[in-house]
Amino acid sequence: MAEYLLLFRGGDAETARQSPEKWQAHMQKWTQWMGDLKAQGKLIGAQPLVTTGKVISGTKKVVTDGPYMEGKEMVGGYLACKADSYEEAVAIANNCPILEHDGIVEVREINELKM
Amino acid sequence: MNSKCNLQNSSNNINTLTDHLFRHESGKMVSVLTKIFGTENLETAEDVVQQTFIDSMQVWKLKGIPDNPSAWLFRVAKNKAIDHIRRHKHAVQYDFNDNERALLTSEYTLTTTMEHLWKEEAIQDDQLRMMFACCHPDISAENQITLVLKTLCGFSTSEIAKAFLTSEDTVSKRLYRTREFFRLQKIKLEIPSDQDLIKRTGSVLNSIYLLFNEGYNSTNSEDLIRRDLIDEAILLCKLLTENKNTQLPEAFALMALMCFHSSRIASRLTPEGEIILLSRQDRSKWNHNLIAEANEYMNKAAFGEKISSYHIEAAIAFEHCIADNFDTTNWERILELYDWLCKSSHSEIAEINRAVVILKLQGASAAMTALHNLKDKNKVEDYYLYQSLLGEIYCEKNNKAKAKTHFEKAMRLTKSIKEKKLLSEKIKTLFY
Repeated sequence: MAEYLLLFRGGDAETARQSPEKWQAHMQKWTQWMGDLKAQGKLIGAQPLVTTGKVISGTKKVVTDGPYMEGKEMVGGYLACKADSYEEAVAIANNCPILEHDGIVEVREINELKM
Repeated sequence: MNSKCNLQNSSNNINTLTDHLFRHESGKMVSVLTKIFGTENLETAEDVVQQTFIDSMQVWKLKGIPDNPSAWLFRVAKNKAIDHIRRHKHAVQYDFNDNERALLTSEYTLTTTMEHLWKEEAIQDDQLRMMFACCHPDISAENQITLVLKTLCGFSTSEIAKAFLTSEDTVSKRLYRTREFFRLQKIKLEIPSDQDLIKRTGSVLNSIYLLFNEGYNSTNSEDLIRRDLIDEAILLCKLLTENKNTQLPEAFALMALMCFHSSRIASRLTPEGEIILLSRQDRSKWNHNLIAEANEYMNKAAFGEKISSYHIEAAIAFEHCIADNFDTTNWERILELYDWLCKSSHSEIAEINRAVVILKLQGASAAMTALHNLKDKNKVEDYYLYQSLLGEIYCEKNNKAKAKTHFEKAMRLTKSIKEKKLLSEKIKTLFY
């Protein structure tokens, strides 16, 4: 079994415009989705991120505000999970409620760094 | 001047209201919060409830009492629980591995899951689960009741100390020990499964019955009857009878027993709070609605094969309740029931009560023989009812000196002021 990181992009502006009731129903879907993963023992962790941040780059460690991207490209959250294959990880990502709001899920396998 | 007076009034109102709400809602809140934080963190759950009530006093004094104070309290406690989890979710003392609780650690699912955990229809079950945890068989009976009163009935340490005439220090120690037990054992909050249910329910019922007895015939307090303890006992037992997993015949039988006894409360004391003996009670004061309710519980208790001691005791109470007066009571039937009770329960108290009936039916010598046949006499020597019964027996035999000795012994043994007074009256009448 391998570990995967699902990166969520976009989709948030849409939900924010909705009424509290719709927002609640939407979050209920996240709870259902993650609850199922947890029940199968596959959930490792997940958190949403705020939209502002800092970027540190290079040997000079220059700190700038950032990452200043279009809302659609900005990473808005992550979920780490276990899955047997990329296929399964994609199947998991397929049920992510962010897709209902035209969001993007990027599926990446955690790399085991060999010595 | 006027506005100051109003403010004073409203602040008194708020204090009375929060006292009332604490008694009725804190147990539910602690049960839900313990489900969230685990029994090993009972103290966190209690702290959150405490803080919620402190907030309510402050906010309500400023902004007035909200339309639905209970809902306000639940919402604030829920938000405090969310805050607490945000700040402490990585602390080692919390175990958020369990399926539902795991979702409390992600911001995606925290609030939705929290809403779900506070769903009203789940709260009764939470209280039940908490009750089973409090009455865990590895906890001693007195620690069980102490914890039930503290966590489920919203009693303060000083109120518990007063109810059992012990020091606050002792109560605190008992609570500390039980919390430590929970912390180390991580007792699961659950309603026991079929095979354990009867045994585990037995200790819950025992705890409820002790609570009721302390309320019905307070051995330790200035007042003979403590309505608050009686109400709590009945409320807790009702929880058991209303849940389809825990509504065993013995739970219904205990309900019946408590209702039969409660129906006679109004006739047991003079307006000044002095004891009126059964033979002199005004039976028109008995609460016939409660007797009818007790009869219904009796019917519901009449399924299954096992006859518990609560069934028999309820049947005895029933005989008293249907008798028109003391002399036409069916004492023969009551004696039969006591015979049965003594055989099945091996309780010394049942034996002594049986001897009381024998005294009434067969006279002093027969009652004396019954007491002589008690297996463990050392155990009852220090029991005031035993000494007071011996007093009655000698009184019947016209041996005034011995009667007086035993009444005096009984007086030394009971902590109840009203009982002492009754005994001293008896001594006085000896020498009229």
